[in-house]
Amino acid sequence: MIEIKNLHKSYKMGSNSLHVLKGIDFSVAEGELVAIMGSSGSGKSTLLNILGMLDTADSGDYVLDGVPIENLNETKAAQYRNKFLGFIFQSFNLINYKSAMENVALPLYYQKVNRKERQEKALNYLERVGLKQWATHLPSELSGGQKQRVAIARAMAAEPKVLLADEPTGALDSKTSYEVMDLIQKINDDGNTILVVTHEEDIAEMCKRIVHLKDGVIVEDKKVEQVRASAYV
Amino acid sequence: MWIFDRDLWGEILATLGKNITRTFLTMIGVILAMLILILLLGGSNGLSNGFNKIFEGTASNSLFVWSQRTSEPYKGFERGRRIRFKIEDAAIIKKQIPEIDVLAPRIELGSHRDVVTVYRKGRKSGSTVYGDYPEIDNITKKKLVEGRFLNQTDIESSKKVCVIGEETFKLLFDKGETAVGQDIRINGVFFKVVGIYKPNNNINIDGENAVFIPFTTFQKAFNSGDRMGWMAIAVNEDTKVPVVESKIKKILKAKYDISPKDERAIGSFDMSEVFNGISAFTTVLKGFSFFVGIFTLLAGVIAISNILLITVKERTKEIGVRRALGATPKVVKRQIVLEAIVLTTFAGLIGFSISVGALGLIGIALNGGDIPIENPMINIPQFTVSFLLMVALSTLIGLIPANRAVKIKPIEALREE
Repeated sequence: MIEIKNLHKSYKMGSNSLHVLKGIDFSVAEGELVAIMGSSGSGKSTLLNILGMLDTADSGDYVLDGVPIENLNETKAAQYRNKFLGFIFQSFNLINYKSAMENVALPLYYQKVNRKERQEKALNYLERVGLKQWATHLPSELSGGQKQRVAIARAMAAEPKVLLADEPTGALDSKTSYEVMDLIQKINDDGNTILVVTHEEDIAEMCKRIVHLKDGVIVEDKKVEQVRASAYV
Repeated sequence: MWIFDRDLWGEILATLGKNITRTFLTMIGVILAMLILILLLGGSNGLSNGFNKIFEGTASNSLFVWSQRTSEPYKGFERGRRIRFKIEDAAIIKKQIPEIDVLAPRIELGSHRDVVTVYRKGRKSGSTVYGDYPEIDNITKKKLVEGRFLNQTDIESSKKVCVIGEETFKLLFDKGETAVGQDIRINGVFFKVVGIYKPNNNINIDGENAVFIPFTTFQKAFNSGDRMGWMAIAVNEDTKVPVVESKIKKILKAKYDISPKDERAIGSFDMSEVFNGISAFTTVLKGFSFFVGIFTLLAGVIAISNILLITVKERTKEIGVRRALGATPKVVKRQIVLEAIVLTTFAGLIGFSISVGALGLIGIALNGGDIPIENPMINIPQFTVSFLLMVALSTLIGLIPANRAVKIKPIEALREE
């Protein structure tokens, strides 16, 4: 599903250049649930941004679902993001003046899906995250866990190839975190490929594979026995 | 078509509605600008209409020619010789100058603006008495209150009829009395009143108190022979009055042995000069109003752009999210530009409605007053031009915040604080 070869990325900080990713080789098969771990500054967010086409690498290859991701302009990147990727953010990033359902329907809007179908799909995904009865509520009326579930529904709505979650539980207490992870695991059980960036061990343990990043290189890549989050809920 | 996209408009209205106070404050600039633009345009239209009303019934492309005394000796004649036009001059001039539409010869009893006493049943009025052709009505329209004006039959059979002014009527008749059909006496000759007219208060070449009788009747009744006092001439619209004026003078100077250099022997007054002066004035005024209005509008629209820039800054994160979810730069740009257009248009329409209402009230308030403002209102082309200009300006100005929004990298927008 994801194929990365010799990925390099550096940032210019004034006269200095900060080499963040120093040759990453990495691949993800369909249906995997991968945790990307590392301390702050290890390059895990940069890697996720490049995977999410929010940023571009300086060199190296990136193939997503057989499509080489290169020479992206903003328009093309936006289209690929819409088609291939679903984003889950630490701070949820729901649009605060839109109802839960409208938030979920937003990626479909950019896919030019018609209104009726959009609403149906959005409701369907809200139901899957257990928030159908909250469809008309604004984000400000939802709890943190509910917001993240709406965000997950939104990420799923466009039926992307890969879900990218950047510290999805970073802003949540542990109980809510496990609920969210439970949901992520269930989505993964349905065959979706998910990448989770986290620095929390227990969250990483709930994935099927852990990739450790340190100073811009992968230091460890191991399959783990998945801890089911439902045990904690 | 995206323009019919309900969701697009929903998005725009939701964003604008999110912060009603700010949206409203932003709009005030444009509302006021539109108000100023429309009031200025409407006001100058009203002034132009007011002037037109003053000149209503007076042929603008017209001139008056009369005779005076010579100021140069010529062909053995001394200076100071009194020139007297003859009625045949009218026919000669009309024949030689095809550009003349109407030529109405006129004669006055006594010298110019001389007052003649007109009697009726022991009452009297000091009036100016004119011998006229019906054509004069095409140059200075007489507003008839009662009866009719002189006609061709009156001329042909030299009927002893007259048309009197309201002032004359007041002096000679009781209030409510029927004047038409009654006789009045001028220099011992009786004339039957056939019409009463109301003089134009603004442009009055005939004097306040005037009596018109047929030219031919005048000749017979007062023994004026072939004399002619002056000529009122309307020139066709495509010809400049001064051209005809000099042609007429040339013919008359040759006929009456006047030195070509003599500027004073023949007097004339070019009505079109007055008109041109006033229409130039109103045109300049309109242009100026438009100029001022458009720049005020520009200022208003810039205020909108400014606010949208702030909004874009505030919405950095939202725009980042939208882009992460697949909004292309084009879509983001379009939304911001449309927000600018919607804000401006809405504000513009509010300003337009207020100002049209205000103009209507001003029009009612000033109606019939001394201020020469009549029906102050803007016309459809002016509205269309202002409106299109407003939309065009807002589109251009909206591009500034739109480009700013597109420049925001989603990654920067989404960076966790």
